[in-house]
Amino acid sequence: MTVTAGWYMTLAALLFGVGLVGIFLRRNALVMFMCIELMLNAVNLTFVAAGRAIGDLEGQVAVFFVLVVAAAEVVVGLAIIVAVFRQRASASVDELAELKG
Amino acid sequence: MQIDWLAIAPEIVVAVTILGVLAADLVLPRPLKYWTATLAVVGLTLAVVPLILMAASSVETRSLFEGSYVVDDFALVLKGLFLIAGYLVVLMSVSYIESDRYYQGEYYLLLLSSVLGSLVIASARDLIVLFIGVELTTGPLFMLAGWRKGDIRSNEASLKFFILGVLSTAILLWGMAMLYGVSGEVRFDQIRSALADPSPAAQPLVGLAILFVLVGFAFKVSAVPFHFWAPDTYEGAPTPVTAYLSVSSKAAGFVALFVTVYVALRDRVDIWGPGLWALAALSMTIGNLAALRQSNIVRLLAYSSIAQAGFMLVPFAAASVAGEQLAEGLAATVVYLVIYALMNLGAFAVVIQGARRTGTGDIDGWAGLGRIDPRLGVLAAVFFFSLAGIPPLAGWFAKFVMFRAAIAAGSAAATSLAVIAAINAVIALYYYARVAKVVWFDEAPAGAEPATEPPAASLALTLGIAAVATVVVGVFPAVFAVFGEATRVLLASG
Repeated sequence: MTVTAGWYMTLAALLFGVGLVGIFLRRNALVMFMCIELMLNAVNLTFVAAGRAIGDLEGQVAVFFVLVVAAAEVVVGLAIIVAVFRQRASASVDELAELKG
Repeated sequence: MQIDWLAIAPEIVVAVTILGVLAADLVLPRPLKYWTATLAVVGLTLAVVPLILMAASSVETRSLFEGSYVVDDFALVLKGLFLIAGYLVVLMSVSYIESDRYYQGEYYLLLLSSVLGSLVIASARDLIVLFIGVELTTGPLFMLAGWRKGDIRSNEASLKFFILGVLSTAILLWGMAMLYGVSGEVRFDQIRSALADPSPAAQPLVGLAILFVLVGFAFKVSAVPFHFWAPDTYEGAPTPVTAYLSVSSKAAGFVALFVTVYVALRDRVDIWGPGLWALAALSMTIGNLAALRQSNIVRLLAYSSIAQAGFMLVPFAAASVAGEQLAEGLAATVVYLVIYALMNLGAFAVVIQGARRTGTGDIDGWAGLGRIDPRLGVLAAVFFFSLAGIPPLAGWFAKFVMFRAAIAAGSAAATSLAVIAAINAVIALYYYARVAKVVWFDEAPAGAEPATEPPAASLALTLGIAAVATVVVGVFPAVFAVFGEATRVLLASG
């Protein structure tokens, strides 16, 4: 049996699903953050697999941009989590409930 | 490759200004840091010059990088909007940020980066360029929302915004990746021709891709049911940042959405048309109903901006469910977007000054503000009535254009959307008028002195520009119709 692009796409869809479910189930900001990274990497896998299947370079170029943006977002996100942690000594999003209505 | 430098001159000017602010922040001593704001204002003003040159030139459409980056009239109008909105936000930030103990240079640096991102969005005709533009717009805003580092509410605003913002990015990207997968192209015009005749096997994937793209953008423009981050973020963020979020960043999200669905996916209007219809109807209704029971003025404006996003979508959504007159619908939506930006920035400038005057963000705490500070009271009435759509203020023209386009679309679904919009316009009047009522008719608390000191010059300038624009557009709407015409070019070039 050959492994076609469809298998990679399915794997990516599964990874994306795991990340999406994780965001809604987990309450720790760091873990939610990891779930988002999982989703972004699922996107990368889709782009690469699609680009490979079509025989087109643009999909792989897109991955470079996604990688760079994801790295920048990690920096911002961790900075925000650190700022919250300094105030609360906790990274649980449930304890953040100052704003509602 | 020949590069049309004039076409990307606004972006270059803003980028150079960003570097200038960064350098100035390094060398300026602390008391002189406000010069970074001056630099930002000068840069944003200079960036308008190439826009005017391009508008005056006879070249209609400038296409760069093999069609990935297009500057047409549609892009010019929206770039103008983003620059002016950025300009007004910088002006209203000056006194606000100066009174804080935080870093001024970084603030303007991040704000300008976000403006640069929205300039890119207006011209992006390629999935990758669009993605970069969207991320450059929202990325700095995560940090700006959490600007008051020592304030747990600002931290919370930032964290919520960040998690949902990145989640929406992931969803959007997944949609883009699938679009690329089924079409094999990243450029919008090529995607369109590739999707014109897809194989039956690819049909469900196309639908799924469009759904994900729509949901991703719905988060960015905080349309119901993807709005829940917005009120909390708006309340916790510094008020000038909230103004920016509710105007520029929302407008950028809308522009990205319109360009994608209109240029790349126009032939699949049967899939995204009903989606837009639902987003518009839900945003108007839920946003307005939630706004009715708000006691905090910023939260009220947060829900109001969700509802206004629904109104904004009405003409385009009506045209797309009817499947015709898409260009007219888009033109009406862009007119609404531009007017909304001006009056909403004015409303936020009033909130900044009103909160400084009364020391509270509670609407009831603003009782009698009209007597304490009559000029501010008048401006509050102008902007809030304009948001409600009362003639002769700009808001009525926006509403008029919206209803005209929705009814012109003709189908039953389009007309029912217009009816929902009409009901919502009445609901909205109640809570906007309530602010004016509290300011003018409620008794001022005992011991309140009439205000003597004027607002900071920069804030007064913001209020002045927004008020003049709101009144002039309301009285002479013809000056404005030309902007709507500009969007037709998108149809020709797409």
